[in-house]
Amino acid sequence: MSSYPTTWKRPPQIFTHRGWRIGLQIGVLVWFVLAIGSIDANWERIIAGAERGMRFVQGFLQPNFTSRWSDIYGGLIESLTMTFTSTIVGIAISIPIGIGAARNLAPAPVYYVCRGIIAVSRALQEVIVAIFFVAMFGFGPFAGFLTLSFATIGFIAKLLAEDIEDIDESQAEAIRATGASWWQLINYAVQPQVMPRLIGLSLYRFDINFRESAVIGIVGAGGIGATLNTAIDRYEYDSAGAILLIIIGIVLVAEYGSSYLRKFLQ
Amino acid sequence: MTGDFPKEWQYRTPKTKLLIWAFWLCMVAGFVYCWQVMNEGTIWFFVQDAPKQAADIGGRMWPPKLSYVPELMRPLWDTLNMATLGTMLGVILAVPVAFLAARNTTPSAAILRPIALFIIVASRSINSLIWALLLVAILGPGILAGIIAIGFRSVGFVGKLLYEAIEETDVTQIEAIRATGASPSQVLNYAIVPQVLPAFWGITVFRWDINIRESAILGLVGAGGLGLKLQASLNVLAWPQVTTILLLILLTVVLSEWVSAKVRTALI
Repeated sequence: MSSYPTTWKRPPQIFTHRGWRIGLQIGVLVWFVLAIGSIDANWERIIAGAERGMRFVQGFLQPNFTSRWSDIYGGLIESLTMTFTSTIVGIAISIPIGIGAARNLAPAPVYYVCRGIIAVSRALQEVIVAIFFVAMFGFGPFAGFLTLSFATIGFIAKLLAEDIEDIDESQAEAIRATGASWWQLINYAVQPQVMPRLIGLSLYRFDINFRESAVIGIVGAGGIGATLNTAIDRYEYDSAGAILLIIIGIVLVAEYGSSYLRKFLQ
Repeated sequence: MTGDFPKEWQYRTPKTKLLIWAFWLCMVAGFVYCWQVMNEGTIWFFVQDAPKQAADIGGRMWPPKLSYVPELMRPLWDTLNMATLGTMLGVILAVPVAFLAARNTTPSAAILRPIALFIIVASRSINSLIWALLLVAILGPGILAGIIAIGFRSVGFVGKLLYEAIEETDVTQIEAIRATGASPSQVLNYAIVPQVLPAFWGITVFRWDINIRESAILGLVGAGGLGLKLQASLNVLAWPQVTTILLLILLTVVLSEWVSAKVRTALI
């Protein structure tokens, strides 16, 4: 009677052997010590930088929108136009690729080609792609536009293909039974089922593309990122704070706007 | 009576059709306008020249310089540490923020919740590369800046997904624990935490996978790791080295994706 433990403990789920668990814990501890040891922080530099950090916080609290306004405005226009055009072009390209990458609609060779395109687009980081496009097409928003379109293809086409694979087959079967051609099947059976989600994904991708457009400017692909990079390089933290606040504001508006639109559409 | 109805059935009323057409017109007009504005500064000669440039760079990039690989092992170790330590930092910061932001656990819905939501949005809208840019200027180059940048970016991601998981917890279980006379902290510990724990680990591993990708390029702005080597090789136009680094990054990303998929299926 008294030999029962008073508290219940959940038995371990993944590593059931005790030795494995202890070994894993020791391994993690050793890694942690080694990793912390390899940071090699330069404390003098950090203390010297603390004053700069305070100035950045002050700049963030008292942003200066006015003195660099023309640069900020130019960068913002570049970023927004780049985002808008690249989202539209990216979606226009990714719809056929997405249809081709859906196993229930496309024959095997087309399927593998489209999946390959998606894999390549998803594996390459936007910034790395931007470096190459800048080297090929020269500095400016055109390289950024191409980068964002390329990244959009992987994202939208993959999710669209998965959505098409998940459609209700009975509806497709019903349309097929009327003797519909392949195009009619797409138009009347697939398109109505995936359209709400495609619109939602497009709005979400617009949001992501704007955020990314702020980053790829750092490697020369135009937009607000270039302005931000210049502001930080020149230690103008009040302008940098203003740019960051503008980015946060636009992302907020895009996020709430897109969630409102998605609710309205569904 | 029947004469009032149209002969053919149509899915949409004329008004919605008109609205849809107006929407498409606006999109096309907006696209054309944005295209014009965007390409004001584009030098089309460079664009026409691009295939030649691409062939030129491609020719220089191949074959990859495999003898460069041993030199990349230390940056690779730095990159992996940056991602993992950054994820840990981000998760530690994100847990309290998520509990403050969730509607059912926040201590004050009027003051603390908006602050927590603002932290989440601010961290999410600023990419880790921008955080790194700032932190390198403040802390100096090195992987410490990278770790903090990764951590700050992860707060928003983990915080948002975690607070949504907390808000979706089953109310009946919380009610049952509360009915035993548990204090608020005991309710948190015995009713909410067990429900969100699987989601928590899933989110953490997912973010770790993303952070591996991001930490590989943080070095471009001076935050250490593989990106630093990439930047150095790009600056001296050592294209075979660039290819080697990119292949190594690709391999790491694929491996981390595989690990994270395995861990997530084991956890859930």
